Amino acid sequence: MANVKRSPWLLHYDGSSCNGCDIEVLACLTPVYDAERFGVMNTGDPMQADILLVTGGINSQNASVVRQLYDQMPRPKVVVAVGVCACTGGIFKDCYNILGGADKVVPVDIYVPGCAARPQSIIDGIVQAVELFQKRSDEHDALVQSGKGM
Amino acid sequence: MKKRSIIPFGPQHPVLPEPIHIDLVIEDETVVEAIPSVGFIHRGLEKLVEKRDFNQMAYVAERICGICSFQHGMGYCEAVEHIFGVEVPDRAKYLRTIWAELGRMHSHLLWLGLLADGFGYENLFYQCWRVREKVLDLQELTSGGRLIFSVNKVGGVIRDIPADQQRTILSTLDEVEQELYAIRDTFFEDYSVLSRLKGVGIITKEQAHDLGCAGPFARASGISTDMRKLGYAAYGDLDFEPITSNDGDSFARCYCRMQEVFQSIDLLRQAISKMPQDNELAVAVKGNPDGECFMRVEQPRGEAVYYVKANGKPNLVRMRVRTPTFANLPGLCEMLKNTQLADVGLLVLTIDPCVSCTER
Repeated sequence: MANVKRSPWLLHYDGSSCNGCDIEVLACLTPVYDAERFGVMNTGDPMQADILLVTGGINSQNASVVRQLYDQMPRPKVVVAVGVCACTGGIFKDCYNILGGADKVVPVDIYVPGCAARPQSIIDGIVQAVELFQKRSDEHDALVQSGKGM
Repeated sequence: MKKRSIIPFGPQHPVLPEPIHIDLVIEDETVVEAIPSVGFIHRGLEKLVEKRDFNQMAYVAERICGICSFQHGMGYCEAVEHIFGVEVPDRAKYLRTIWAELGRMHSHLLWLGLLADGFGYENLFYQCWRVREKVLDLQELTSGGRLIFSVNKVGGVIRDIPADQQRTILSTLDEVEQELYAIRDTFFEDYSVLSRLKGVGIITKEQAHDLGCAGPFARASGISTDMRKLGYAAYGDLDFEPITSNDGDSFARCYCRMQEVFQSIDLLRQAISKMPQDNELAVAVKGNPDGECFMRVEQPRGEAVYYVKANGKPNLVRMRVRTPTFANLPGLCEMLKNTQLADVGLLVLTIDPCVSCTER
């Protein structure tokens, strides 16, 4: 965390989760766990978000929604799959409407295991995402300065 | 006639972490009709009965919803136990009651927090969730999981709550009760809270009855319905009365849920004091189920119905769940008529929607 200079904003999307991971993500923002002390902030707008937290597996109806949210986020961006359903499909893997984990539609950087994922592991995932975001931002800045990036 | 326009509410909306979609037909700022559409979280887990046997389905049923997870597992297990015709040991019944009431407390506190967030009272939101963490700690202490317990199995439970943990529960409940008094006073007396809740979104007793509302939503309109009175688990031995209100507005729903948290504290104390001291936690279940059963349980959001049909094979033929939010959606659409657009977010919250239950 020492070299982190930025405050990325989080976007949470509930794929087809059972709600367990969603309320644990919310619990991370309440005083007991307080993920905001790592400089992140929760937002509802993908256009202003840097880190995407996906809970739950991907089904045929929300696949396009997750992809669209990811495309709307400005570069650089980081995706965190929270909970075993977002990682692999979990206990619902064999359901007819579940295509699999979040990596079916978006490139996932960090996998947070657990059913439901515990706030401690979610915070660990967020901290790793913040560090990765800083690294990608530096690379992005270097590209821009050399005139090769956008 | 005034000009009508349609405003979509959701699927992504800040008041709810879950996707729910409602098309609001409005005239100026007044809602004249609300048309819901569901299906964003559909997984199709009822069909998993073809791939998982009846013992494994207890864990799948638990994951219908992460908030009332224990009660889903309990409803499923009790239904299968009825088909087998087995009687669960008394201690297991009391343990189920304890976990179910802890789940109700954390669910209602979660809702009260979200409600406070819905009308912009951030401080109250944090206070509710801070107290809720103590309940979650109790759940973790007794079951090993914060939200998903996985302690139910067909025939009983797999974990005991020993005497030292019972003492911890009782002492934590005393703390929680003291802190809840202050939160309750804020909800019931604060001017800014009352101005948002009083007289908004009224559902009369007749409407609630005709639309088939369930749980605290129906009780807030004066219908004394509570499936716990059927006496499943150990509720038959406990002394309680459904909490009702006659106003039918948003405040009445807040009142019922707040009082139900105190009722759950009382039920937990009763259950711990009356729990029998035998060591048996589960009865052995032999063979495969054959037959069908309807089971009704009272979840934090209202009555949930489990239908289970089996034909003597390890895999069930059918499992069907009717969840309380689905029963409350017609009531929600009726309630939204003639309200202000600015109140819609709050009113959707007052039925305590659980979309992952509804769509499964």
